[in-house]
Amino acid sequence: MRIIFDRDKCQGHGRCYALAPDLFDADDEGYSVPLVTSELTQAQLENAQLAADNCPEYAITIEV
Amino acid sequence: MTDLHQPQRDWATTFDHTEDDYAQNAPEIWDDLRNRCPVAHGDSHGGVWFPSRHEDVSAIANDTERYSSEGIIVSVFKPEGLAPMGYAPPITADPPFHQGARRLLLPAFSPKAVDKLQQATHETCQKLLDDLLADGASTADAAVQYAQHIPVRVIAHMLGVPEEDGDKFRVFIHRILEKPGTYADQVAPEDTLFHYIFTTMAERQNEAPRDDLIGYLMSYRDEDGNPLPSDQILGTIGLLIVAGIDTTWSAIGASLWHLAQHRGDRERLLEDPSLMTFAVEEFLRFYAPVTMARIAKEDLLIGETQIKARDWLLLAFPSANRDPEAFEDADRFMIDRQRNRHLAFGLGIHRCVGSNLARMELRTALEEWLTRIPHFELTNPDEVRWSTGQVRGPRELPVRILKSNPAASTN
Repeated sequence: MRIIFDRDKCQGHGRCYALAPDLFDADDEGYSVPLVTSELTQAQLENAQLAADNCPEYAITIEV
Repeated sequence: MTDLHQPQRDWATTFDHTEDDYAQNAPEIWDDLRNRCPVAHGDSHGGVWFPSRHEDVSAIANDTERYSSEGIIVSVFKPEGLAPMGYAPPITADPPFHQGARRLLLPAFSPKAVDKLQQATHETCQKLLDDLLADGASTADAAVQYAQHIPVRVIAHMLGVPEEDGDKFRVFIHRILEKPGTYADQVAPEDTLFHYIFTTMAERQNEAPRDDLIGYLMSYRDEDGNPLPSDQILGTIGLLIVAGIDTTWSAIGASLWHLAQHRGDRERLLEDPSLMTFAVEEFLRFYAPVTMARIAKEDLLIGETQIKARDWLLLAFPSANRDPEAFEDADRFMIDRQRNRHLAFGLGIHRCVGSNLARMELRTALEEWLTRIPHFELTNPDEVRWSTGQVRGPRELPVRILKSNPAASTN
């Protein structure tokens, strides 16, 4: 499973990098930068799902 | 409170967010409207629509083609001909002007920039609590003595204006946001926000730019070396003064109002401080302070409701946040809510530019309060006064400071 991040939808709410700092960082304007685009480990999956579930813009999905 | 001697007020047809009755009972009014009449209307302020459901609020927020941000505070004074910049960019700006005006501010409010303000915010909160608890006080007003001062001091520091000017800022905000339009003929020109900013800019005109937000805006040059238009600088400073204060003050106050009444939630935060990450978002969802506004650009339909071009619409983020169609157990405050796509900071291109700052202030204010005042309750629930207008939060919040948790739990 992988993180699919839609940069066009991101409005910089900052929920993902607050909840999953191992998977997302912020750029200088506060927009999200995904750090892991490869296959997620089981340990990463929980935080990835948390980030997806809290994005107000539906910019993050987990591809099965 | 329902007054049994009055016929039941129907908010669906007489909507007015600037009345005390609305402010005191807003969550119940939203629940009723979402169920029964999803797009309420009132004749006040020249006519205003109030779509209450998440689906409609979200669609309007994302539709900058058919809705303009030229007007964002509902008032009989409806801005016209100010698009695309508006009087307080970027919040009043429409695309394509909006993007540049927003990018100008984003770096100053990015997570990294906000992190640098955290220590000073802790110290501000600690100082306020020192004063509040001096002489062993057993009661305090959590809004008047605490919440209202925190964002004023933070934004004064960022702008580079004296902290003491905060009293003036609160007067400007009261006039602009709580009672829009009411004071228009009663205020001397030299006692306005406009005059305050104009004077501040004039004083700095001939000095080297200072390392603060006003200095940044005044010395900004685009790639061709052109400065910002002076009305953009003025409007943006105005926005930073107005938008960052009573909003955050409301969120801090409403969260303390909740904690005063829910011993169980207080205990969970005291036992597990890491819960604060989720708690802050649930406070923001359940007690979202801000309702924005838009002006329709054309005749259009929301569901079956006909909206006319130039009509005011309120963007009811607080009501959308309690819509059961969008949130599980929407009417329940869950301090550890895991799935929380709340709209407290709006949606789309106008997402609150200060959201990282607001979140940091809210978290810091609650952490410091709970460290010094872990146990407290409302002195008298009837003495709590909620603000009217588009920013809702407790303006008077008397609490009793307890030595230990009360024996009888209310939650």
